[in-house]
Order: sequence, then structure tokens, then C-alpha cells
Amino acid sequence: MVGLVVVSHSRTAAEGIAEVAAEMGGDTVIEPVGGDGQGGLGTVADAIADAIEAADDGDGVVVLVDLGSAVMNAEVAIELSGVDAVIADAPVLEGAVNAAVAATSPTATLESVREQAEAARDVNKR
Amino acid sequence: MADEATERAAVLDAIERIATRIERERSALTELDSAIGDADHGGNMARGWRAAADAVADLDDPDPATMVKTAGKTLLSEVGGASGPLYGGSLVFASTALDDGITAETAVAFAETYLEKVQDRGDASVGDKTMVDALVPAVHTFKKSIEVDDLPPAEALAKAVDAAERGVEFTVPIRAAKGRASYLGWRSVGHQDPGATSTLFIMEELLAAAQAELDTEIEAVDATSPTVPEEEAAED
Repeated sequence: MVGLVVVSHSRTAAEGIAEVAAEMGGDTVIEPVGGDGQGGLGTVADAIADAIEAADDGDGVVVLVDLGSAVMNAEVAIELSGVDAVIADAPVLEGAVNAAVAATSPTATLESVREQAEAARDVNKR
Repeated sequence: MADEATERAAVLDAIERIATRIERERSALTELDSAIGDADHGGNMARGWRAAADAVADLDDPDPATMVKTAGKTLLSEVGGASGPLYGGSLVFASTALDDGITAETAVAFAETYLEKVQDRGDASVGDKTMVDALVPAVHTFKKSIEVDDLPPAEALAKAVDAAERGVEFTVPIRAAKGRASYLGWRSVGHQDPGATSTLFIMEELLAAAQAELDTEIEAVDATSPTVPEEEAAED
């Protein structure tokens, strides 16, 4: 099953987003990660790499990210982890919910889950 | 090319000098970053480089490539933010250029690979008000000084530091197009870029280490050649 990682500058935000996505995601593994490792805001590549490895059961991982350096650190983390992982170019919460739902499909692939996450870019609020 | 022990001493000295310098500049960097960023550059970099210097000092009988790679990996895990992948990730990537030791040729390859990775990772070009504004002129000057002007590496590095310094000055009047500062738009004008500044500090310390460690080695090798060009000596 495709796994998910939610990366935010705020560890609390990442946990909250994972919590919302899990409500729709059945058995999908969703790993939240964030913070600078010193109790402050930020992202650290090593920590993201650990989360990617924890979320992977062999079918790959879709990574949702928030702002700026989260993207860069997620890219480095993917290189470090050696897991088949991709970053979804999507809003982090809506993307995580979409991806969690898509991952529950019996025919889900890394690409189909990423596509569904990225479809969240077009979600209108009203 | 210097022998292995000299290279090892030079790399260790360089990283220790960088860590000490960044610690000393910690509040200056933080001040620059508080004007147009999130005010964490000084603290993050000081913590990261201190950890990197300690990690490299702990290595057992390492070669220069392993030392640089270890420093990069430590920065990656300690610095975080954008500086972790930009400084640390690029060092890890470029370290393989030093697999055959430190020569003028491998130093150019190292500098070019580092620059390439920074630009690729940060997706930044000259004029975006980032560390790239210091790095591009520095690396180009270094390469030209060695390959075209045939200068010794330490002299080429001195020219590169000059170029980086002008690059840092260039970041002051321009508007940020990348990174956190770009959210500020025109309000970023008039502020010096923190990443370009720390890049300059690092290069200044590399130069100091090269002059202290490698130049003495080069002079020792050249001790038999005349120190005054013959024409000038004849005029005396």
C-alpha cells in the first residue's frame, strides 16, 4: 500500500493534518514530520528521510509538503532514503486528504496517489 | 599536490576556522536574516558548523573527500531550513570531486559541482538575491584564474574571495526573487543577503586555511627556485 508523509515547518501542524487525512484514509500509513529538531519551526532532511522509510512498505511513498525549504529538505530526504518516493505538488492538507483516500483503492499506484493529491490544487472552497 | 597528512590538516583547519568564524558572526548573520528572513541563519549555521567541525575531528584517519562529506552530512542533519540542504547537501554531493585528493584540478571540479548543486536545488540564478550571487562570480573567477591565468590555487582562491565580496555587495540593492525574502517583494531592497554573506565568510576561511597550510607546503617545495625574478635581481 502506498504510504504518505506529511511535512510541515510545524510538527503540530503535520500531526493535525495527518489526523484529518487519516479519518478518510482507512489503513493508509500517514507519517507526520516537522520542526527543526530543537523545539522550533523548520524542516530537517534526516527526520523526513526517517518518516519516508517508516511509511514505506514496498509500494512507495507520496510526500506532502508545506512551504519553501520543506520542498528542498524533502528532495534531499528522498535521495537519502533510497525509497521510491515522490513529492506531490499540492496544498498540504487537501492533498493529504485526497492522497489518503486514493491510497485505499485496490488499484492504487504511486502515480495515481500523487495525481489525486495534486488534483487538490483545483479544489474550490465554495 | 600536497601529501595526504598536509591535505588532512588543511581540511581540518579549514572546517575548524569556518566553525569559529560563523560562531563569531552568529549575531551579524541573524541580524541580516531578521531584516528579510526568519532570523535563524546565524544560530542554525553556528550550531551546524560546530557539530561538523567536531564530527570531522572525530574521524579516524580520513581522506579529504570523506572529511568534506562528513561535514556536509552533519550540516544536513543539524542546520535544517533551506541552509541544511543547500550547504550540507551540496557539500556531500561535491565531496566526490576530491576522491583523488586536493589539486588545482579537483578544487575546480569541487567548486563547480558545489555551485551546480546549489543552483539546481535552490532553483536560483544570479540576481535572485541569494547565495548564488556570491557563488557564481566566485566559482567562475576561481576556474578562470587556474585554467586561463595559470595562478596557484591559493592565489586563485584569493581572487574568488574578491569576486564573492562584490557579489555580496550586489545583493544589497536588488529585490529578492527566491526564498523567504521574496515574500517581502520591494521591501527586501537595501538589505544584504544572509546566505551570500555566510558563503563569503566560509570562502574567506577556506582562503585563510589554504594560505596557512597549503602555501607553506608549496613554498617548501619551491625553496630552491629564486624568490626574486631574475630580471629584477639583475637591476639591483
